[in-house]
Amino acid sequence: MTKFEYAPAPESRAIVDIKSSYGLFVNGEFADPVDGSSFKSVNPATEEVLAEIAQAGHADVDAAVQAARRAYDRVWSKLSGRDRGKYLFRIARIIQERARELAVLESIDNGKPIRESRDVDIPLVAAHFFYYAGWADKLRWAGAGPDPKPHGVAGQVIPWNFPLLMLAWKIAPALAAGNTVVLKPAETTPLTALLFAEICQQADLPPGVVNIVTGAGETGRLLVEHPGVDKVAFTGSTEVGKQIARSVAGTTTKATLELGGKAANIVFDDAPVDQAVEGIVNGIFFNQGHVCCAGSRLLVQESVYDETLARLKRRLTTLRVGDPLDKNTDIGAINSHLQLARIRELAEVGEAEGAQRWSPECELPDRGFWFPPTVFTGVTQAHRIAREEIFGPVLSVLTFRTPAEAVEKANNTPYGLSAGVWTDKGSRILWMSQRLRAGVVWANTFNRFDPTSPFGGYKESGYGREGGRHGLLAYLKAED
Amino acid sequence: MLSALDDARLSDITSSEASLRRFLHGLPGVDQVGAEARAAMLATRSIKTTAKQFAIDLAISMIDLTTLEGQDTPGKVRALCAKALRPDPSDRSVPRVAAVCVYPDLVATAKEALGAGSDVKVASVATGFPSGRTSLAVKEADTRDAVAAGADEVDMVIDRGAFLAGRYGQVFDEIVAVKQACARAHGANDDGAGAHLKVILETGELATYDNVRRASWLAMLAGADFIKTSTGKVVPAATLPVTLVMLEAVRDFRDAIGRQVGVKPAGGIRTSKDAIRYLVLVNETAGEDWLDPDWFRLGASSLLNDLLMQRQKMLTGRYAGPDYFTLD
Amino acid sequence: MAERLAVKKTYKLYIGGKFPRSESGRSYQVSDAKGRFLANAAWATRKDARDAVVAARKAYPGWSGATAYNRGQVLYRVAEVMEGRHAQFVDEVAAGEGVARGKAEKLVDEAIDRWVWYAGWSDKIAQVVGSSNPVAGPYFDFSVPEPTGVVAVLAPQRSSLLGLVSVLAPVIVGGNTAVLAASLERPLPAVTLSEVLATSDLPGGVVNILTGRVGDTAAWLAAHMDVNAVDLAGAAGDAEHARQLELAAADNLKRVVRAPEAEPEWTAEPGLERITAYLETKTVWHPVGI
Repeated sequence: MTKFEYAPAPESRAIVDIKSSYGLFVNGEFADPVDGSSFKSVNPATEEVLAEIAQAGHADVDAAVQAARRAYDRVWSKLSGRDRGKYLFRIARIIQERARELAVLESIDNGKPIRESRDVDIPLVAAHFFYYAGWADKLRWAGAGPDPKPHGVAGQVIPWNFPLLMLAWKIAPALAAGNTVVLKPAETTPLTALLFAEICQQADLPPGVVNIVTGAGETGRLLVEHPGVDKVAFTGSTEVGKQIARSVAGTTTKATLELGGKAANIVFDDAPVDQAVEGIVNGIFFNQGHVCCAGSRLLVQESVYDETLARLKRRLTTLRVGDPLDKNTDIGAINSHLQLARIRELAEVGEAEGAQRWSPECELPDRGFWFPPTVFTGVTQAHRIAREEIFGPVLSVLTFRTPAEAVEKANNTPYGLSAGVWTDKGSRILWMSQRLRAGVVWANTFNRFDPTSPFGGYKESGYGREGGRHGLLAYLKAED
Repeated sequence: MLSALDDARLSDITSSEASLRRFLHGLPGVDQVGAEARAAMLATRSIKTTAKQFAIDLAISMIDLTTLEGQDTPGKVRALCAKALRPDPSDRSVPRVAAVCVYPDLVATAKEALGAGSDVKVASVATGFPSGRTSLAVKEADTRDAVAAGADEVDMVIDRGAFLAGRYGQVFDEIVAVKQACARAHGANDDGAGAHLKVILETGELATYDNVRRASWLAMLAGADFIKTSTGKVVPAATLPVTLVMLEAVRDFRDAIGRQVGVKPAGGIRTSKDAIRYLVLVNETAGEDWLDPDWFRLGASSLLNDLLMQRQKMLTGRYAGPDYFTLD
Repeated sequence: MAERLAVKKTYKLYIGGKFPRSESGRSYQVSDAKGRFLANAAWATRKDARDAVVAARKAYPGWSGATAYNRGQVLYRVAEVMEGRHAQFVDEVAAGEGVARGKAEKLVDEAIDRWVWYAGWSDKIAQVVGSSNPVAGPYFDFSVPEPTGVVAVLAPQRSSLLGLVSVLAPVIVGGNTAVLAASLERPLPAVTLSEVLATSDLPGGVVNILTGRVGDTAAWLAAHMDVNAVDLAGAAGDAEHARQLELAAADNLKRVVRAPEAEPEWTAEPGLERITAYLETKTVWHPVGI
C-alpha cells in the first residue's frame, strides 16, 4: 500500500491514569502485600514499565480467601438474588461508561490492537455482566433443582490473552450464583483487573465479595490449593490445568478448566471463498493468535489448495502490524518476551522439520515484542507445529481430500476446544459438526463469542462450560 | 473457484444460455454475514491528517456529479457543469470531478457547458433508465442518441426481470448490443474505443450478494468497462458490502481474464466519511490499481459539497458552513 | 426319583460382545454373604482392561451415532430381557448381598425399572440440557449434549445389581461406551447382566464388564489415555484409593465422578447428574443470511 498510506491514528492514552504501583484488592480496599514483594508490568509494544504490581504471597492469598469467606457468610449469601443482580447491573453500566478507558488500558497492558479491545473485548465484558446480572434472581430456573446453592468461595485464575474478558467470564456468573470470589489475573496483564477493582468500589459492591490478588504462577497455585476455596475456575494452559486437576483430587472442590487448543479450520471447495479467507485470517491472527480456540490448523481441500493459499497470502499483505493504540492496527504486540521466545522456537522447529515458512512483508517496530503473521505450508499431522499450541500468529496449512479425512485429521489431537467449517452445503455443515470433537464449532464464521453461548472444551481442552445457562451451572450446586 | 480463463474457454462460457448459467452458478457463494462484517470492519478504519487530505481530493476527482431528475433543465445542467469544472470557485487547488452524469437529452447541453476537450467527461444514463423496461431496439437507439450527442460514457441498466427469471443469455446479449451501440456511433475523431460502458446492476433489486456477484461477472463477460451498483432510484442504493462484493469480482476477473474493469457505487453516498470508507474498501479489496478515477467512481451529488467542507476544515482548522459553498 | 443334577454356569468376562475368560487364565472364588462358595469368577487383569477399552472405543462411533430413539429402545429391551431372568437375579442378589428374598425381589424390580427410566431419557435429555442461544448478532447458535466417549465405571461394591444398573445405564443412555469393573465380592449379577446385554440388541463393545480385584484394573483404567471419563462409585469409603485414581485421571483430564464417603442406597429416583456427567456441550454457530 503505497498510494493510500494511512497516517497514524493513535487513540489517546491520556484517558488512562496508571499509578506507579498497585497493591492487592482485598476486602474492598487496596493493601500492600504482607511480604512486600512486587513485580513490574510492561507495555509489550514498547517495553516501557507501566507499574509496580504487588506479588501476593501465602499470607496475602489467605487474607483474600478469608475476606471472601466473611463476605460470603455475612453479606453476600444473605442478600436476595434481586439485589445481587442489581450490583451486577451497576457494574455492567460502569463498564460501559468507562469503556474507552478500559479499552486503552487493555491495549497498553496486553498489546492487543485498540480496534479489538474497543470493539470486541470491552463490549463483551459489559454484555457478560448484563447477561448474568439477569440470572441472579432466577436461579431456580437454571436447571440445578428448585433451590440451588452457590459453592461459597470461588478461586479464579485467568490468562493474559483477554484479561478483562476472562475476568468477566469468571466473576459475573460466580457472583450471580451467589459465590464470592478471589481472582488472580495474569502477571503480565493485571491492570484492567485492578481497574475493575475500582469499578467494584464505585458500584459499592460489599467489601470482600470480589478480591483481586496479583502475582505469578505461585500465587495462582496458592489460591487454587487453598483449603478455603470451594470452587476453582481456571483458564490457561493444559499443563497447569492438569496440575489443578491433581491438586483438587480427593477434595470436594469443584473445578472448571478452560485450557489449550489446536483447532482445525476446514475449508471445502464450495466455501464462500472470500468469507472463508476472512475467517482464516480472523481465526489465527485475531489477538495475535493468543487465543485458545484459534484456528491454528488450516485444513484445505486439496482441489482448491493453490487458489485458497494465493487468496490468503494476498489478503495477509494488507494486514497492518504495529502500534496497538493505532486505530488501524490489525495485529499488535506479542504479550511478553517469554511468549515471543516460545513462538520463535516453534517457528524454528517448523522450519527445521521441513515446512515452508512465509510472511508478508511488514516492518516491525524496533522496541517491544513482535512477530509477523506467519504461514507454514507443507505441514502434516506429524509436524510439531501441527500438534502443539503455538499461541501466536502462526498458521499451519494442511490438506485433505474428503469430508471423512477432514474430520479424522481435525480430531487427531488431544485437544478439543473448537473447530471451523467452511462450505455452502448445509447438510455437510451438520454432518461435520456432529463429528468434530470440539466444544465449539463455527460454521462459515470463526471466533465468535457471546455471553449466552456456552464455551468450553472436549478432551484435554478442559471441562465445564462458560457462558449461557451452562456457565451458570458451574457455580451452582443442587443442594447444600 | 476460478483459475485463469483463456479466450477459448471464455467463448465457451458465453456460447449458450446453459453454459453461461453453469458458469455463473459455479461462482463461489457469498456469505452475507461475513461480507457485511468485513465491510463494517473496514468502515472502522480511521483516516486522519495527510491520509484524509489525500482521500478527500481523490474522492472529489472520482465523482460522477449527477443530476437525474424529471425536472432537470438546461440551466440546471449548465450549473452542474460549472460546479464540476470548479468545485470550489475560491480555491483553484481543488481537483475537478471525473464526470457529470445526466439524461440523454441533456448530453449536448452538458458537452457544450464543459467545453470541447474538457477532461471532465459527460456520462449519460441510457437504455430506458431507470427501469430498463423497453425493447432492445429502443435501448440501442437510446444509447446511440446519447453517444451521438457526445456522451463519453454510457450508464446502462440491466434487465433485472430477465436476470431474476434466470434468462442470463438475454441480459448478456443486451449488454453486448449496447456495447456495440456505444462503439458504432463514434466517428473518426475518437480513439476508436467508443463510449465507455458502465453497467448498472441495480443491486437493490437483486436482493442477494450471490446475485450481485453473478451479475457482476455477467456484465464483465459481456464487455462492461465499469460495473455500477445502482440507479439511485431504488432503495437500497450503493452499500459498502455490495461494493465489496463487486470489488472482489473485478479483482478476480482481472486475475482470471487479464482485463481490468472499474467499479462505481452510486446513490446514498453523501458524506466525506462515506466516501473515505469506499476508498478504504477499494484500497484493501481490489488494491491500489483501482484507486484512480479511471477505475473507481462515486455516483453522487450532495457528496461534493461535504467533501469541500471537510477539505476546508482541514486547511483552516475550523468547521465550515454550507453558505460558503455553491449550491449546484 | 433322584433330583436332577444342575448344570452350573461359568462366570466369564464380557468384552467386545464376547465372553472370554481372563487373559491371565486366573479366577477367584465368590462366596455368598455367609461365606459359602457360589462360583469361580474370572480375575481380570490390566490386559483385559486394555482389551475392554479397545472394544469400547471401537463400539463408540456406532453407539454414539445411533439415533436416540434406537438407544432408548435398546435400553428398554435390556429391561425386558432382565424381566425374563428375574428369578435368577433374585437368587444372585439374595445370595450375594445377604438380603431376604422379598428385599432382593424389590431390588431386582427397581433395577429393571431403572433401565426403563433411563431408556426414556435417551431422546429427551438433549431437549432438557440443550439450548438455542440468543446471541447478539446474525447467527443461529445452538448447544447440544454429546457423549464424552469411553467411560470407565467402578461399580458399587455393595449394591450388586441396583447400584450397578444405576451407574451403568446413565453412561450408555447418552451414547457413551463403558468399561465396568464389577463389585469384587458380589460380581455375579454383573456377569448375568452381561448375558442380558448380549441378547438385548446392544452392540458388542458398548458395555464391557470386568470382574476381579478393582485394584488390578481400576488404576489402569483411571490412567488410560483413551478413556475419557471415570466413575469412582466403587471406591466409596476408600478416600485414599479414590484420590489416587483421581490423580491418575488428571493425566488426560478425564471427567471424574467422585466417590461418595459411603455408598448410597440407590433406591431414590436418580437425578440427571450421572447422565450429564458424561455429556459434553457442543455449541454450533452459523450465520443467518440470504
